[in-house]
Amino acid sequence: MELLQQIVNGLMLGGILAFVAVAFTLTIGMLNFLNFTIPALFMVAGMVTWALSSAGPHFGGFGWHWVPAALAGIAAAVLASLLIERVTYRYMKARFGDATEHALPLVSSLGFLIVFEHLAMTLWGADPQRFELPFENTSIEFAGLLFGVPHLIALALAIVLVMLLNALLTRTQLGRALRAIAENPNAATLMGIEVQRIVPVVFVITGALSAFAGILYAASYGTVTPFMGDAIATDAIAGMVLGGLGNIWGAIAGGLLVGLVKVLAISTFGAEIEKIPVWGLLLLILIVRPSGLFGASKIGKGKF
Amino acid sequence: MSGYLSGLIALLAINVIVAYSVFVPAAAGLLNLGAAGFVLVGAYTAGGLTALLEWPLPVAVACGALMAGAVAFAIAFPILRTRGIYMVLATFAFAEVVAGVLLNIPALGGAAGLTVMDYAGLPVVLPTAAAVVIFVAWLMRTRFGLSVRALHDDESVAHLFGVNLRMTQVAALTIGGAIGGLGGAMLVHQFNFIDVQGTGVLFSIYVLLYVLMGGTQTVWGPLVGAIFFTLVPEGLRRLSETSPSLAFLEEGRYMVFGVAVVLLMMWRPQGLVTRTMLERLFHRVPVAPATTETRP
Repeated sequence: MELLQQIVNGLMLGGILAFVAVAFTLTIGMLNFLNFTIPALFMVAGMVTWALSSAGPHFGGFGWHWVPAALAGIAAAVLASLLIERVTYRYMKARFGDATEHALPLVSSLGFLIVFEHLAMTLWGADPQRFELPFENTSIEFAGLLFGVPHLIALALAIVLVMLLNALLTRTQLGRALRAIAENPNAATLMGIEVQRIVPVVFVITGALSAFAGILYAASYGTVTPFMGDAIATDAIAGMVLGGLGNIWGAIAGGLLVGLVKVLAISTFGAEIEKIPVWGLLLLILIVRPSGLFGASKIGKGKF
Repeated sequence: MSGYLSGLIALLAINVIVAYSVFVPAAAGLLNLGAAGFVLVGAYTAGGLTALLEWPLPVAVACGALMAGAVAFAIAFPILRTRGIYMVLATFAFAEVVAGVLLNIPALGGAAGLTVMDYAGLPVVLPTAAAVVIFVAWLMRTRFGLSVRALHDDESVAHLFGVNLRMTQVAALTIGGAIGGLGGAMLVHQFNFIDVQGTGVLFSIYVLLYVLMGGTQTVWGPLVGAIFFTLVPEGLRRLSETSPSLAFLEEGRYMVFGVAVVLLMMWRPQGLVTRTMLERLFHRVPVAPATTETRP
């Protein structure tokens, strides 16, 4: 039963990781851009939601209802993501022809990560803040196992959203255009696709996915900090690589696997072991089978 | 010299050493987002030798650098199987594995960190940094340096002209690793302490940014980058202490750093110091603008 509970815990952490991993894999798959601002978007959503909903000395000291607060948090992350699109990807593309040939957007996104994290730190301090929820108890017991409601929502929402994303990519005109851009942006332009109008869609989706994950994370663990995104994002990157870069279902499976490996390793060997199984596995996969556990996708192999 | 000033210069010297550890592979076109890994290997080897076995400082420092070099050599072969984003991720994963392993060696302090008694003051750190700069400057003028440059600009052409790709890349990673280990050995003995937390992902990111902001086209790029991005935030911190109205700079200085990174990438993606710029400054012969100037 103990082991079963740990497996449940691992899968619940994995649900949030899967969300972030999908955000990473989408920008890499579509634009060949390792977007390091995703942890910042995750944090922006969590902290804006907290700042608006807690009746603290923020924004005039009144507490919003958590629903509009969460929506505002998601909107903030999406706007930030669009700003990043404009300054990193679009600018580089317009100026240098092919931004993804070089590490330029990656380096810019590291700059943005630093800017957003320290902006949050300047506004709200570096200490962890209590994220209050309107519900007394956020877990339910079923068959002797404890399930966290935000985690369950995260997992269910991740799967639903990815199904929608999959439908968007395979069934709609927009999805066809996105896949054409992923294949070859120049050919897509020649085929009459307005690349500069469609690329922001990827960033809106990325921002929204990271924001959902950030708010659900804050709700499940009850705290927010300016650096809450860092550890989650590194684990999500591991999950993304395990699933194969650009593979959306692979990112979900990889995220769940990383959550599972992490929680099981910690419960078996203690907290200090946590880095070795996840990163050892990742290093091994990168060297032996860089296309990920599930194969597919030739994205991201080009030289910078 | 005040303690503050000598501390700042020592920190600057260490940042310069570590920046060069990332520069050597970067000059060959290999982005290393795992500088912390090599620094930790060097720091824990040297620190462990002086603290636990009471070896003399110079021997321990040399062992730290050699150990990091050996580790870099060993992982160079598997890491070079990967390319592009995969390579960035592999170096990143390597640093995390090193951190994970060190956390689980109780003799070296585990999560609590390693405290050492021997102290490497400014008279040790500063000449070491100078030696590293001179060594790399010399290295880049040799045939090996030429191969490294050729490889950075175009791998296939370099290969056609008889550059041994794999061995040049392995050598660049190994030399970079050894310099990183040296930096770590200096770090642990300057602060008398090292822990895995303080030398993590953010450390690797900052060092890579120093190098890319300074520019990888010439040997002087990392020096300028490390000096600029160590002194400007420190200057802003001092400024924030002078008046309460400037107190926001205490945290805001890192935002200045981040904004500088974004703006530099937009306007000068090849870094602050470029080959063309140095030629314009120091040569009389007019030069044609570099053709591959967008590559960082």
